[in-house]
Amino acid sequence: MLQLDHLTHAQGDFRLTADWSANPGDRIAVIGPSGAGKSTLLAVIAGFLAPTGGAVRWKGHDLGPVAPGQRPVTILFQDQNLFPHLTVAQNLGLGLRPDLRLSPAEQARVEEALARVGLAGLGQRKPAQLSGGQAGRAALARALLRARPVLLLDEPFAALGPALRAEMLALVREVADQTGALVLMVTHDPEDARALGGETVFVGDGRANPPVETGTLLANPPQALQDYLGRK
Amino acid sequence: MALGLALALLALVLALVLAVAWRGTGLALGPADWAAVRFSLVQAGLSALVSTVLAIPVARALARRRFPGRGALITLMGAPFLLPAVVAVLGLLAIFGRSGLLNRGLEALGLPTVSIYGLHGVVLAHVFLNLPLAVRMILQGWLAIPSERLRLAGSLGFGPSEVFRHLEAPMLREVLPGALVVIMVVCLTSFAVVLTLGGGPAATTIELAIYQAVRFDFDLGRAAGLAGVQLAIGGVAALAAWGLYRPTGFGAGLDRRLEVAAPAGWRLWGDGLVLGAVTLFLTLPLLAVLLRGLPGLAELPAQVLPAALRSVLVALVSTVIATALALTLALESARRPRGLIEAAVTLPLATSGLVLGTGLFLLVQPLATPMVLALPVTVLVNTALSLPYLYRVLLPETRALQADYGRLAESLSLSGWSRLRWLVLPRLARPLGFGAGLAAALSMGDLGVIALFAGEGQATLPLVVGQLAGAYRMEAAAAAALLLVTLSFALFWAFDAGGRRAAA
Repeated sequence: MLQLDHLTHAQGDFRLTADWSANPGDRIAVIGPSGAGKSTLLAVIAGFLAPTGGAVRWKGHDLGPVAPGQRPVTILFQDQNLFPHLTVAQNLGLGLRPDLRLSPAEQARVEEALARVGLAGLGQRKPAQLSGGQAGRAALARALLRARPVLLLDEPFAALGPALRAEMLALVREVADQTGALVLMVTHDPEDARALGGETVFVGDGRANPPVETGTLLANPPQALQDYLGRK
Repeated sequence: MALGLALALLALVLALVLAVAWRGTGLALGPADWAAVRFSLVQAGLSALVSTVLAIPVARALARRRFPGRGALITLMGAPFLLPAVVAVLGLLAIFGRSGLLNRGLEALGLPTVSIYGLHGVVLAHVFLNLPLAVRMILQGWLAIPSERLRLAGSLGFGPSEVFRHLEAPMLREVLPGALVVIMVVCLTSFAVVLTLGGGPAATTIELAIYQAVRFDFDLGRAAGLAGVQLAIGGVAALAAWGLYRPTGFGAGLDRRLEVAAPAGWRLWGDGLVLGAVTLFLTLPLLAVLLRGLPGLAELPAQVLPAALRSVLVALVSTVIATALALTLALESARRPRGLIEAAVTLPLATSGLVLGTGLFLLVQPLATPMVLALPVTVLVNTALSLPYLYRVLLPETRALQADYGRLAESLSLSGWSRLRWLVLPRLARPLGFGAGLAAALSMGDLGVIALFAGEGQATLPLVVGQLAGAYRMEAAAAAALLLVTLSFALFWAFDAGGRRAAA
């Protein structure tokens, strides 16, 4: 269980608090106005920013002293998810072993992950030779290999068109099903939140609210969310 | 680990500086010493002023004209930074020296000949070495004028004089102080030029006076006193320069489309004349070295080849150390800015080869004969002196690397050797190659500390060139100089091309 225990991150005028928990297998969309702290929330969970109060706990253990790479977390950023100088297969291999000394069995797993996301045979390409959608697939394939119990998505598909984005979301659901991971996905589109299926966290006014079932939330949004969505 | 390295470096340089200060303070410097201080300041100030003023029309011509060979000319402007000073001096001697091209022309016309020795000769050589640097810095300023501003000027019907008044003059006011101070720092610590073209009571710099105090009078106290003065002046100037210096890059964005039609008429001829003159001024001396040196290559004096081998070894070892050190410090600094690291890489700028050399001399002397340690000491000093440049080349790159891939690497636990192997080296191969090339060429061509320490059979190639020239064996000196310049550029090219290839 991922527990945000009276979590606070403050920096200058900016302040974000969160106090809720989520379970393996949950799929949670994180929406809210830009600058509200959606990415900050993910960065604190991933370990790039330290809490200024409270703690992030996993199965009861405080993750504070744990380095980002050692946390039970895989994160996909908005961009730069692949190293451009390494091949796609090497980029995936890093998810298994940072020194890239892969055994034949591990190499087979890389190929298998590539095939799983529809990139079979493209392992020797450089990221620049992939389309935006293919790059997203490659990053998801690495998440599949790492199989960490928490998958954080910081708008990695924001630059894609609607059709490709829907395709990626389907793939995210597939990966989450296979790994049983808890998914936290930042988006600014309520349709993405619906497509993910599950719950939604609304971030606004310095607070990441506890997750609510997405359909319920969108059918009867609180005032701040109404303002963000621009509905009467 | 990076902090430990920075600390060790800082301790080393500080120990040398303190050794100098400890022996040097309280010593009364004589009138000859103060004359050296005055001459140092005068020649450096004049050199900086002349280089910068002459560079303005050259940079303007390069900024507003497009012609075949323009790119080559701009590249040529980058070369003197890598050119060993002794080679430049030799080339200038061939043109302006006693039996040089100029004086033979004057003789043929029945006119009195001129001498290159003394203040004007020192300034001439410094202008030769630094005019290109000034041109590049000012050209950068010209090309940084936003094109919208130029378009606006065009739409308002500005002529060349209005463009100068409203656009170019404000830019020059920003760029020129930096160029002046940077060149002044370079000239303050110049040694090879003054050793050859200066000398005597009227034209001795502090560096030269230190050298003479150690080498001829063996008066270490006086050397330390002079080194202390040099340190104080160099420290003030280096701090000023560090604040004003903008790295000029090598060639990026120098081909912007012209927004305003370049003025025709006499200004076109003027620009042509300026570019022609500067090309001649920069290439003729080198051509002279080439022509004079080629025949001598077949029968190089016996000491040349061993000296070349020593120089290459010294250059390679100090390059490897300096590059590893600069990379470690730049990586750490990109992760978290640290005052300690900045201090450690800036301090060497305030010193000079002879100041560090004097410090080492003072430290080593009670334990061993300094001459025994000539080559290790040269490696050490070259490492320290090339570190600031390398660090400055690498820092923007390590910062970009950290900003772009720092979090991704952390999220994948990419650290230590794996991070170096799979992220840092491949991403930074290009700047690493370029920086290492710079360090290698600087180290290869440097004539400084080795002049203090070298005993029998320890001379490096620049020193041998200087010795041959000093003995008026000009053909042999030119041949050795040719070898030196070839090796310097070859080392630079090898590292730079290696970096490019690894990055590709």
